[in-house]
Amino acid sequence: MLHDNSFMQASLDGGFGQPVFEAQESFRRLLDAMARPGSIHQVTADVMAPGLAGPAQAALALTLCDADTPVWCAAASPAHSAWLAFHTGAPLTAAPEQAAFAFIGVGDAVPDDLSLGTQDYPDRSATLVIEVQSFGEGERFRLIGPGIDGAGDLAVDGLPKSFVAFRAANSALFPRGVDVVLTAGRDIVALPRSTTFVHWEG
Amino acid sequence: MNAVTYNFAYLDEQTKRMIRRAILKAIAIPGYQVPFAAREMPMPYGWGTGGVQVTAAVIGPKDVLKVIDQGTDDTTNAVSIRAFFRKVAGVATTTHTAEATVIQTRHRIPEHPLKEGQILVYQVPIPEPLRFLEPRETETRVMHGLEDYGLMHVKLYEDIAHHGRIATAYAYPVKIAGRYVMDPSPIPKFDNPKMTMSPALQLFGAGREKRIYAVPPYTDVKSLDFEDHPFEVQTFSEPCALCGARNVYLDEVVLDDRGGRMFVCSDTDNCESRRDETGAQS
Repeated sequence: MLHDNSFMQASLDGGFGQPVFEAQESFRRLLDAMARPGSIHQVTADVMAPGLAGPAQAALALTLCDADTPVWCAAASPAHSAWLAFHTGAPLTAAPEQAAFAFIGVGDAVPDDLSLGTQDYPDRSATLVIEVQSFGEGERFRLIGPGIDGAGDLAVDGLPKSFVAFRAANSALFPRGVDVVLTAGRDIVALPRSTTFVHWEG
Repeated sequence: MNAVTYNFAYLDEQTKRMIRRAILKAIAIPGYQVPFAAREMPMPYGWGTGGVQVTAAVIGPKDVLKVIDQGTDDTTNAVSIRAFFRKVAGVATTTHTAEATVIQTRHRIPEHPLKEGQILVYQVPIPEPLRFLEPRETETRVMHGLEDYGLMHVKLYEDIAHHGRIATAYAYPVKIAGRYVMDPSPIPKFDNPKMTMSPALQLFGAGREKRIYAVPPYTDVKSLDFEDHPFEVQTFSEPCALCGARNVYLDEVVLDDRGGRMFVCSDTDNCESRRDETGAQS
């Protein structure tokens, strides 16, 4: 045998128990999160993947990734690649610019060169999924944009260091740009490219 | 014998994932038309295949579905789509706007105000607002990319030059969050003001044209106009002949061949609820 048993087991475990309904449920959480940027939603499915940070990231991969969506992952490993291949059929890529979805863990740097889409096809851009420590504490931000009634507040602990500069550069590119989903364990918060995201001292 | 069974909500899971990814990008770029690989559905184009695919990708067992066709819950299109999802997804259905979590609509927005958490799915025949001004997809795509909407204003100006006012009465072009000009689908312009800053999520599906687009909740939707010819909606001199409602959209019903006619609510649920209330009071 090429692989030992624990390796095999890790790549087989951790998927949806009921793929159709748990994918739908997870998608609706993400849809709510994307429609109302900055609001916190919980993924309920008990899923886990080697190389992905928590249940929310694993659920996102299971809900949205398939053979049409190359995935880039900061903590890529053979186990992760095998898990993705078994559960989603998505290929793991070493080049961030080819990725439809990029996953990074707490403390990882935001990858350069993620696809921004084009002016004619801004939808052909990457979605970046970032694991943070937690929501509700840490740095405070003010959010403005479509989906937000007036202005929203969000406190996040454990964002990548370059994140605020990355978001500012990303906003300047609109309608091109990377869409961000922040995850912390089961929690998800979406920051689509349309959301203005600034430090708030108030 | 067992009946033919389908995957939940008819579509296979890979198709749902593809549509779900398109919906998320559509929300992230409000008003931009995301191309998607629309499938053939068990109904003809023009019957809402785009809306049905969006609804199928979104709906879950706990949802309550309402379907309207030009405001009414009981015309062929609405009845058959409601029956379709009862059959392939087993979801509960309703005719009451307030009870629904997902509302699929052909060419109206319900009169009852929508609330946070509701999803309004529009059936769209021609998603490209510039299509009748510029037939080439390659050109309209560049025009959206460059935010070059001068042609649309020329069209509205020509309306004023010919008719003395903007004559467009339905599918009235709107600008979303100050960027993309969008076709709100052939809703009467009476409904345009309901789109702006709506607490509900608005999704648009065009099956034949293979496009999905979205207006997130609390998003500015501006009907295009001029300072000296501001946007205005239709007004009706008479109230609804059945429930007496004013400030709602009315349908003209021809009663006989001697010119008899009446004007009644287009939104049947709103009309029936009002009549039930007044019936209870008297």
